[in-house]
Amino acid sequence: MNNKRQLLNTPLLAGMVAGTLAVASGAAWAAEDYPNNPINVIVSYSAGGATDFQARIATSKAEEYLGEPMVIVNRPGAGGQVGWNYLVQNGRDEGYDIAAYNVPHFIAQSQMYDTHYNLDNLEPIANWGVDPAVLIVGRDSPFDTIDDLVEYARENPGRVTVSGAGLFVGHHIATLQLENEAGIELRYVPTSGGVDALRFVQGGQVMAGFNNLSDAYRSQDRLKILGIADLERDEDFLPDVPTFQEAGYDIDDSSVNFRGLMTRSGVSEEILEKLSEGAVEMFNDEEVQAQLKDGGSPMRVMGREELREMWQERHDYLEELFAGLDPEELEEAAED
Amino acid sequence: MELIQYLPQVLSGWNLTILIAGTVVGLLLGATPGLSPTMAVALLIPFTFQMDATSGLILLGVLYTATVAGGAVSAILVNIPGAPANIATMLDGHPMARNGRATEALHYCFISSGVGGVIGVLVLIFFTPLLAGFALRFGPSELFWIAILGITVIGSLGSTSVLKGLLAGAVGVWISLIGFNPVAGTERFVFTEHLQGGVTIIPALIGLFAIPQVFQMVEESRRGRGKEAFGMEQRLVWTSVVYNLSKVRALSIGSIVGTLVGLIPGAGGQIAGLIAYDQNKKFSKNPEAFGKGEPEGVITSESANNSMVGASLVPMLSLGIPGSPTAAVLLGGLLIQGLFPGPDLFTQHASIAWTFMGALLVSQVLMVVFGLYISRFSKYVIRIPKHHMAAAVAVLAVFGTYSVQNSVSDVMIMMTMGCAMYFAMRFGFGPGPVVLGIILGPIAETNFLQGQMLGQAMDGTFQYFFTGGINIFLVALCVLSIGYSIVAEFKVRSRQRGQSSGRTVEVKS
Repeated sequence: MNNKRQLLNTPLLAGMVAGTLAVASGAAWAAEDYPNNPINVIVSYSAGGATDFQARIATSKAEEYLGEPMVIVNRPGAGGQVGWNYLVQNGRDEGYDIAAYNVPHFIAQSQMYDTHYNLDNLEPIANWGVDPAVLIVGRDSPFDTIDDLVEYARENPGRVTVSGAGLFVGHHIATLQLENEAGIELRYVPTSGGVDALRFVQGGQVMAGFNNLSDAYRSQDRLKILGIADLERDEDFLPDVPTFQEAGYDIDDSSVNFRGLMTRSGVSEEILEKLSEGAVEMFNDEEVQAQLKDGGSPMRVMGREELREMWQERHDYLEELFAGLDPEELEEAAED
Repeated sequence: MELIQYLPQVLSGWNLTILIAGTVVGLLLGATPGLSPTMAVALLIPFTFQMDATSGLILLGVLYTATVAGGAVSAILVNIPGAPANIATMLDGHPMARNGRATEALHYCFISSGVGGVIGVLVLIFFTPLLAGFALRFGPSELFWIAILGITVIGSLGSTSVLKGLLAGAVGVWISLIGFNPVAGTERFVFTEHLQGGVTIIPALIGLFAIPQVFQMVEESRRGRGKEAFGMEQRLVWTSVVYNLSKVRALSIGSIVGTLVGLIPGAGGQIAGLIAYDQNKKFSKNPEAFGKGEPEGVITSESANNSMVGASLVPMLSLGIPGSPTAAVLLGGLLIQGLFPGPDLFTQHASIAWTFMGALLVSQVLMVVFGLYISRFSKYVIRIPKHHMAAAVAVLAVFGTYSVQNSVSDVMIMMTMGCAMYFAMRFGFGPGPVVLGIILGPIAETNFLQGQMLGQAMDGTFQYFFTGGINIFLVALCVLSIGYSIVAEFKVRSRQRGQSSGRTVEVKS
């Protein structure tokens, strides 16, 4: 309305210049003003789960660092697919719709299932947490080392059951890696979450399990932790547990569960920068760090560049891993 | 006895304020259809960030207690369960209200809730170390049989015949298959984007119970019966207390079943009330009275629901493994405070742990007191004209459904299921079996698939499911339950043949 009147009342050229300026500055304003509304954070898992509760703590100081609060919206379902599909399909590209991600889950899903999201239509913002997979057995288990378990599995192919938090999550990937590396056959039993998978190990329903370091750490008096699927030992939480590489199995950190924030592509570079900087500062806040550490979640704060690299690396590795798998076995895993 | 040592701390000014406020808020939230205890606790967890660990935990604990009890209010007065756990309460609670005994039904509901709740908390306080190990012995095979046992209850749940009940239950199980299976990783029956996340329990519950109710109320007010509210008798609290406590069998069946179901992680406390209701009906001398306003029905199901609360915290506090969905959310609240479940919780953080359990005990008492107090106001709810009530329920139904996952798809699912149920009810199908099917279907399926995987790795699927003491015991219970239903159905048939008139429709709200 305003522009129209301007055009009528002033010489055409001046009007066009003014109009162009207005549009250009409008776009700049949007980024400069950003954020002037609360930011929605989609959590693709239900309230109370590990991802949800970490996301709530990690984003609790958004108002201080970004000027607007972050509001958690739970959209659970289909192992996270519902929430992430929603982000790329229904999320606006103005920076007010963002989501918490779990690597490698969402990358593996985009490769194995018919999802709407993939690395090309998502933009990383910042990473707050890192949770490596650890190999656990029950307190009374005869296995004391990774070698014990591998040896038994060699003698009894297919009889060693291993629980994990679902299909194509870090725990599943660690299991596949161990099978490949040790040349053994394990039976992976997916459950509906990390706590369930832990219960199976504690109750002796399965012989072993891959689980989150943070959850296993809390249950140490009822478990034995045999190995950690990361490049280095965890000096803070589990200094005595060897990595798989130390034990002689070339398993890298591909199964490590990273948690952080992302948004859909199409959001302007300025807004992304602003969000990322604010989020990184927020995750580095002493209080936020202390609360997350108290909750048993190891921290690793990463910015956009580092994250994009990490995502791509995981993506390429997983593609290779899945391609190298026996297609029959893969189908079995997906349909069984 | 540590508990007595920490009791003064529970009753100190600030904590007592939280207890009272939590009880009142919890009762109100619980009475709102669609706001399940799990939702209520999840909603209030952010408030505990700012509190110290003790107060935060007390708030969450008292909310859990009060919302579970509050869910019975709408079940009795409006015939819409506040949460899945209250379905069994509704079966006799609402008929009681229609017979002018609403206050009485509410009295029984809160007194039995209190009795069950106290038993559950006492189990938590005294038997945690003993029972924690027991809870862990329930693996996929045991949980599968528990789900099957739950399914055998379906036939007797408020449809006009066992066959129709089973059919409705099968439809419920089918609905639960929609969406993505976490074990198999496959998508099933997903024809539109809206169904991608599957049909979750709250939208289904609201749709199946509240929407037909709204239509019925509109129908009645169009026929000029809108203001014709059912009467309401005066009832002294004391008379109710005496009668209620004399029903020892109903109370003990409820409390024992509720405690057992609460203890077992993965069984979902939601079915505690239904299993207890069914057991009590089978033990009763006149099972025909159930579903028509039998006080024992309310007493068993409510004592079961609330004894589940304390028991579901046993594996949660000692092993970090929640016994119910709400306990799972509570676990998140615990971790945020830096409290790790396990034996350390009772030694290193003894003060917090014992204050929390003491608060749970006190909250049972407060829940009874405030519950009985608000029962007096139920007459106002009943006198609300039908057309106003229909509008209010419709708004709450949409709001409650949307708020669970902020999803319009859920609202559409809720409306569709509600409309379908409205017509299905005309043919004698009840909503109870459908909801039970939706709850039990995934438990049975997931555990069957997991059990199959484990069985194949061991000595075979059949051995896995049919060996072990708990398995055999549960299989025997299933056989007994089915056998009883068949015998009861034949009895009813032969009696009917004697009379010429058709059977009366039980589910007609």
